[in-house]
Amino acid sequence: MVEHFDAIVVGAGPAGTAAALVMARAGLDVLQIERGETPGSKNVQGAILYADALERLVPDFREEAPLERHVVEQRVWLLDERSHTGAHYRSADFDEDRPNRYTILRAPFDRWFAAEARAAGAVLLTETTVTELVKDAAGKVVGVRTDREGENLFADVVILAEGVNGLVGQRAGLRKELDPRHVALAVKETVFLTDEVVQERFNLKGEHDGVVIEAMGDVSAGMVGTGFLYTNRESISIGVGCLISDFQATGTAPYALLDRFKSHPSVAPLLKGGEVKEYVAHLIPEGGYHAIPELVGEGWLVVGDAGQFVNPAHREGSNLAMTTGALAAETVIALHRQGTPCTKAALGSYLRALEQSFVMKDMKKYRGLAAMLHGNKHFLTTYPAALSRAMQTFLRVDGVDKRTKQRLMVQDFKAARGGWWHLMTDAVKLARAWR
Amino acid sequence: MTRPPHAADRPGLNLFVCIKQVPDSAQIRVHPVTNTIMRQGVPTIVNPYDLFALEEALRLRDEYGGSVTVLSMGPPMAEEALRRALGIGADHAVLITDRRFAGADTLATSYALASALTTLGREQPIDMVLTGKQTIDGDTAQVGPGIARRLGLEQLTYVAAIDRVDPLRREIVVRRRSEGGVQVLASRLPCLVSVVEGLNEVRRGAVADVLRAARAEVVTWSATEAGVEDPMRCGLRGSPTVVRRVFAPSPRQERAQMVAVTGKRPSQLADAVLDLVLTQQPKLEAALADGPVRRNRP
Repeated sequence: MVEHFDAIVVGAGPAGTAAALVMARAGLDVLQIERGETPGSKNVQGAILYADALERLVPDFREEAPLERHVVEQRVWLLDERSHTGAHYRSADFDEDRPNRYTILRAPFDRWFAAEARAAGAVLLTETTVTELVKDAAGKVVGVRTDREGENLFADVVILAEGVNGLVGQRAGLRKELDPRHVALAVKETVFLTDEVVQERFNLKGEHDGVVIEAMGDVSAGMVGTGFLYTNRESISIGVGCLISDFQATGTAPYALLDRFKSHPSVAPLLKGGEVKEYVAHLIPEGGYHAIPELVGEGWLVVGDAGQFVNPAHREGSNLAMTTGALAAETVIALHRQGTPCTKAALGSYLRALEQSFVMKDMKKYRGLAAMLHGNKHFLTTYPAALSRAMQTFLRVDGVDKRTKQRLMVQDFKAARGGWWHLMTDAVKLARAWR
Repeated sequence: MTRPPHAADRPGLNLFVCIKQVPDSAQIRVHPVTNTIMRQGVPTIVNPYDLFALEEALRLRDEYGGSVTVLSMGPPMAEEALRRALGIGADHAVLITDRRFAGADTLATSYALASALTTLGREQPIDMVLTGKQTIDGDTAQVGPGIARRLGLEQLTYVAAIDRVDPLRREIVVRRRSEGGVQVLASRLPCLVSVVEGLNEVRRGAVADVLRAARAEVVTWSATEAGVEDPMRCGLRGSPTVVRRVFAPSPRQERAQMVAVTGKRPSQLADAVLDLVLTQQPKLEAALADGPVRRNRP
């Protein structure tokens, strides 16, 4: 028997599930295929959930979704070997009825999210890997083949939400192999601590309040990357991620980098006594705007990580995934209602929707950042160290007068970068990458 | 998947497989303060032994015809386990779920499952009930035998192979794992078979199977619908077993120590070890000096 669906979605992460959910709600016959044992079993993220994108899809998600803590305090740390210079922002305003950011554990969260799509009518196959796309004589994608025995599965359109590697798309010749300079490898541990300990160590007033820390500088050991530490209900997620090309060039072992971060004097006390529950590694697409592959073709669309939709500067990804998934779904729904075939030209309206949304605007805004940091690693090495020295000079009371201290601090910064000219060009570079 | 035709000379077997959804024991944690098992966030799986029972039932069905019905008692989320069984190839799935089942020990569990099997048996007379030898979360191996006893089925436990089934003569021959060897047992249908690990290789359902499983409605029965006559014999109220304490065993490595001892004579070795023990347990020496060591004598 030939099975034919209105749409097949490859993958049950945030992008795929958002697409499946929106299409199923519109009455389309949707098949979603996931290789993991359950949705979420293969998916890895820090993880912070940005409420906005999800709220547009599931307005009352706060009542049902497995959430850990909502973020009341954001810390940004610049590390040198023994110190951190930090900016902390905590506000009672974040303690609101409908908080804006949450920490989550992806395994239970993705499972819940996929159940929403299933409840809306999408059919979900798990433990099933899509091995290739099936094309008709004209080269249009008309379905998928899986690693299970039996017939191919057919659909009017295939939405590729297969994640960062994009192996199905690659095999079908729709996209190139990933460039190591466009992908970060992140490793993460989940360290178990009781709710009381988490509250006490982070100065929290309840089991629902949380703190997140983003760390730059020494944490990436001279490579382009960052570290993070997020509080969950009864655990802490701690991890580091750096570009694959940098790992290759330096020969650094990712777990060694994480161990180093965990033993940093500013971090170790926060983890003390915790038991490591989980160790995971995952790739993060960080190539930005220039690394975005072809997003539409004859009978296919790309959403989420597979489309490189991650904003590394703001640590956003799952919200871009959900938004791109929903936009792709809306495109397919409109074509389905008109009875228009999903040709490359017809699916072009997905690209126009992306351009108008915050997704492409943000991707464009930071298009230069990855390349800039890649060629200017001193932003992550020299400056955090110089800043730390300046803070020490400033804070130590040792009989040196303040004017002299100021001069020493300025001289040190100048020396660190070899003169005023370099300091100024750095400022320009940073401003241009950020503007 | 193609099913063998249900021909007249092949009466077919009505096969029932009892499965349980269990926490993946590899990922269970014990709460350091309360010492209770933390189930939250621990992934669930189908009890691995039960999957061997399912596969064995599917093989019997494929050979002799008939149907395979999977049955489980558990919370509503146990539906996932049943759906998984359907995806592997089971024909029907029934979940019995009811607040009154909560907290059941093996006695109450086998009562509830036997009640449901009796109800199912009115439609399709039971030829065989298959289960795993035990669950990985309870490790009692009592529910299978409990069901057999209540339903008056022949009881074949720890089965490592089913050699022959004759549906017409109502005969079965199995190999049973026992201490120090293997027993070959001939018995009658209907029977209950509990299987050990590795008696077969569990198949992977075809595309059609997983699609059918994804779309299937898992039949859900309350205690009443399952045909439970006496709810007082279910759940916590029907369970005489009392858990007095749950604790995490302390890791052995922390207690055990590699000791470097020189000397060849056993007494030298014993002296060295005793010295070490007494240095580390200073109170022990005093206690030993106080009086003779008490030994358990018959």
